[in-house]
Amino acid sequence: MNLWLIIIGMGVITYVIRLSMIVVSGQIQISDNIQRALRYVPPAVLSAIIVPEMLQPGGTLDISLGNERLLAGLIAIAVAWFTKNLLWTVTIGMISLWILQTIT
Amino acid sequence: MTTPKSEFLAGIKAEIPITLGVLPFGLIYGVLAIAAGLPPLLAIASSSIVFAGSAQFIGAQLIGASTPGLVIWLTTFIVNLRHMLYSTSLAPHTKHLSRPWKWLLAYLLTDEAYVVTALHYQNKGVPETYKHYFWTGSGITLWITWQLSTAAGVFFGTQVPASWSLDFTLALTFIGMVVPLCHERPNLAAALAAGIVAILTFGWPYRLGLMAAALSGIIAGILVEKYRYRKLS
Repeated sequence: MNLWLIIIGMGVITYVIRLSMIVVSGQIQISDNIQRALRYVPPAVLSAIIVPEMLQPGGTLDISLGNERLLAGLIAIAVAWFTKNLLWTVTIGMISLWILQTIT
Repeated sequence: MTTPKSEFLAGIKAEIPITLGVLPFGLIYGVLAIAAGLPPLLAIASSSIVFAGSAQFIGAQLIGASTPGLVIWLTTFIVNLRHMLYSTSLAPHTKHLSRPWKWLLAYLLTDEAYVVTALHYQNKGVPETYKHYFWTGSGITLWITWQLSTAAGVFFGTQVPASWSLDFTLALTFIGMVVPLCHERPNLAAALAAGIVAILTFGWPYRLGLMAAALSGIIAGILVEKYRYRKLS
C-alpha cells in the first residue's frame, strides 16, 4: 500500500476517535457516574504507558539491577513525589539514566 | 478576571514544562521514521496528519517491517482508543461551542494537552465560557513543539546517538505528570492497577493491553473512592 495512504488513514482514524464524543456532546448526556469515573483516566492511561517502558525496555520483562530504565524511572518517581515538579523529574531522571548507563 | 486571552496564556504556560520531554521524543521520532524508510516529506507531514506520538512511533516501526496497511490501521485504532476516553471526558465542556471549535479542539486532543486541560477543568472556579481557550493554548503549544522537534529529527537526527536514550524523556514526562496525582489514594490505586495490568497484558496483540490496563485502572480508582479513603499526605 502507498505510504502516504497509510499515514493519511492513520490520521483519519486518530481524528475520528478524538472527535467522536465531542461532536455529539450537544445531543447526549453523559451520566455523573461516568464523569466521575473518567477522572481516573489520566493516572490510569499514563501509568499504563510508563510501567512497560520501565520494566520491559527491550520488549521482555526485566526486573533487575541491570535494568537502567527501571532504576532511573524509580529515581524519577521519587523526585516527582517529593518535588511535584515536572522539570526536575525529567532532568534528574535523564541524568540518572546516563550515569547508570555509564557505570554498568 | 478570566478572559479568552488569560485562559489561552494559562494553557500555554501549563504546557511548556511538558514540551521539555516532548522535544527529544519528537527528535527521536524523526530519526526513527527516516530509518523505517519514510520519505522525509512524509515523515514531517505525518506529525500534522496523525499528530499522535505513540501511534506515529509504532506506525513507523510497522512500516519499517513492511506490515500490511490494514494491520497498521487496526493498531493505530487500538493504540489511540484511549483518546475516546479523553473525548468523553472533555465533551461536556464543549456543548456550547460551534462546530468549527469542536473540530479544532478534537484535533488538538493529545495525551499531553488532555492531561493539563482535564486537571485545569477540575478547578470549580474556571468559568465555562472561556475554558476552550485553555485547551487551545495547551494544544497549539504541543503542536508547535511536535512539528519542530520531528522536523529537526528528520534533518539532523542522524547526529543523535541511540546511546543518549532520548526516547526515555516521554516516559519521564508522564512520570512527572502522574506521580503528583498519586498523593490522592484513588489516583494511586488507578495508577498501580493500570501499571500491573499493562505488564500482565504486554504480550497481547496490537497493544490491546493498553486499553485493558486503562480500564482496570479506572475501575480500581472508583473502587477505592467508594471506600472514601482520605488523602495520603
